[in-house]
Amino acid sequence: MPQNYIPIFLFMLVALAIPVVTLVIAKAVRPDNPHATKLMPYECGIDPVDTARARYTVRFYIVAILFVVFDVETIFLFPWAVQFKMLGWFGFVEMMVFLAILVVGYVWIWKKGALEWV
Amino acid sequence: MQTFAAQFANAHDLMVVMPMVMLTLFACGVLIIDLLLPAGDKRWNAATAALGLLFAGGSLWRVQATLAHQGMLGVSAFNGSVVMDPMAIFFCWLFLIATGITILISVRYMEIEQEDHGEYYALMLFSVVGMMCMASGKDIVLLFIGLELMAISTYVLVGFLRRDKRSNEAALKYLLLGAFSSGIFAYGLSLMYGLSGTTDVTLIGRRLAGLPESSHPILMLAVVTTLAGLFFKIAAVPFHQWAPDAYEGAPTAITGFMSVAGKAAAWALLLRIFAFALRYEQTIWMPMVIAVAVMTLTGGNLAAMTQNNLKRLLAYSSIAHVGYMLLGLVAWNETGIKGILVYLLVYTFMNLGAFAVIVSLRRRDLIGDEIDDIAGLWFKRPVEALLMVIFLLSLGGIPPLAGFYGKYFIFLSLIETGHYVLASLAVFYIAVSLYYYLRIINAMLMRPALDAEPIQPAFGLRLALWVTALATVGIGLFPEIFIRAAAWTMTAPRAVTQAFLR
Amino acid sequence: MMNTVPISWYLVLSAVLFACGVTGFIIKRNIITIFMSIELMLNAVNLSFVAFAYQWKQLNGEVFVFFVMVVAAAEAAVGLAIIISVFRTRETLSVDKVDLLKL
Repeated sequence: MPQNYIPIFLFMLVALAIPVVTLVIAKAVRPDNPHATKLMPYECGIDPVDTARARYTVRFYIVAILFVVFDVETIFLFPWAVQFKMLGWFGFVEMMVFLAILVVGYVWIWKKGALEWV
Repeated sequence: MQTFAAQFANAHDLMVVMPMVMLTLFACGVLIIDLLLPAGDKRWNAATAALGLLFAGGSLWRVQATLAHQGMLGVSAFNGSVVMDPMAIFFCWLFLIATGITILISVRYMEIEQEDHGEYYALMLFSVVGMMCMASGKDIVLLFIGLELMAISTYVLVGFLRRDKRSNEAALKYLLLGAFSSGIFAYGLSLMYGLSGTTDVTLIGRRLAGLPESSHPILMLAVVTTLAGLFFKIAAVPFHQWAPDAYEGAPTAITGFMSVAGKAAAWALLLRIFAFALRYEQTIWMPMVIAVAVMTLTGGNLAAMTQNNLKRLLAYSSIAHVGYMLLGLVAWNETGIKGILVYLLVYTFMNLGAFAVIVSLRRRDLIGDEIDDIAGLWFKRPVEALLMVIFLLSLGGIPPLAGFYGKYFIFLSLIETGHYVLASLAVFYIAVSLYYYLRIINAMLMRPALDAEPIQPAFGLRLALWVTALATVGIGLFPEIFIRAAAWTMTAPRAVTQAFLR
Repeated sequence: MMNTVPISWYLVLSAVLFACGVTGFIIKRNIITIFMSIELMLNAVNLSFVAFAYQWKQLNGEVFVFFVMVVAAAEAAVGLAIIISVFRTRETLSVDKVDLLKL
């Protein structure tokens, strides 16, 4: 059993060695000449105006929440799609009922204005 | 291929789950109708939701009539994952009644809070769908989904007063602890599934009984985690910390709803798991249940004595009531289970009634949930004060009110099974509980009111008060009908061992 | 042909993940981190269900995993919404400062 892991262990060693070796070589070869402008965070060529830790607008959270819910619901569509032929009309009707309930939710958030970016 | 589909989709299956289907339809309907209603006209949402309850009740009545007509112990549907047996039907009726009364209480109250949105009623109906799944599920998948549907809807309802700091905080605490306990419960279910290789609770019960000695440690872990999750849901000490906070911060009508319907649903789930899946594991869970019952009685009653907030006081008293019901589980005979069912039934009316009185104290400038706020109610609204006295005495278990019969059967079952020490402990705690109930009564009858502002309960609230009061007194005076209903409910668990319900 | 990994390894991993989740839930003070601990617990449950389903050669366990995932998503959505409303009324995400309701 444990001897089966020897290839994985060797692989990990190699994987660790490569970045270390490249970094060391690069450090030895490249010219080293830091100054203030070079160390500044790059922001489309314009000088940075604010800290990157600023608070996001709450709109992002609402979009994220809606995305999480509607994204995960698709995991019910995959098994149905895989067994589409076998489930036949019954599966189709069931899935339409499921989607209809989702559409009610969709219409609701739409009319509530949660999809608008104000 | 064809038979596979035909196995599922037929009219019979749909008939069995029709109450849930109806509620889902009406909940979606409320969401859509709410969008069409102008701001001042939101009462139609409540009316739609109430209509949904009526339709669900009608469908439930059809299921029940079919059962009675064919003399069956239950109908199952969807490959045996749903079963409508007398126990499920009893609990479904209980949920519908509790929700109906809550809607009556809510209409005016949510207007005063300026949060009378349609989602409130839609979420309530969705959570009832979840409760019904918990009561009628015979498959751990469905039981878990039902539990989560109820819980997630309730999290939102608890935090429904968005601008109120207390409501937010209550929702947050309820959500974190609720999700935590669901995780523990799900872990227990996964171990039970792993040990038995099936998701059907009856089969789980049988296969767990036949396990070899070597897998007993895992079985132990499975039982302990499942029980911890269930105890969280019924708010038994030491898993009760969420309850007082969630009850105090939630909108008062929702507090009432959670404390009766949510609690009954958790008990339905608990009884289902105990009576089916853990049927033969008594040696493992009995010591835990006894310990938790004693702790719950002690913790709930002692903590309630020091409270000055009415909602918090009733939260602790509701924990104490769970302790009494757990004693019925300790006895684990027919009388004990019957006692739990009767207890849940009468508790629905008397507790919702008490919360309805607290709701009536709410004004635009006053939350009305402190004991000081109820002081002098007798001089302002003698009728409401009198009804509150009835509810509180009934909660305390004074005959001839309904609450007495809940406790009566619990004590009877304890004596039948020879648990004399536990019975005397429970009697002692009744005396303790009378202290804090009488404290409220004393404030209402003896102390002067703090302000002269008149109290005008809305029509729906008055109706709810009278219904609950009539039920509390009525069950107390004519208990036979209700006890027979509870006894009928018992027919299914008794027959569990005989065969699969078909 | 290499041996397949025995089921007990999956179960131990699942138990460790679950314990990590419980520990995180108890000791962490940031609401978002607590929430992630709960997700970790649910994922431990998923892992053990999948392992058992593989062992029993059944689909039931995997179906349960689907529903746990959906439930976790719904819980996350509701949780984030509640967290936002808490943050709006109090401007903090530390559970120690959310303490209006007490004994």
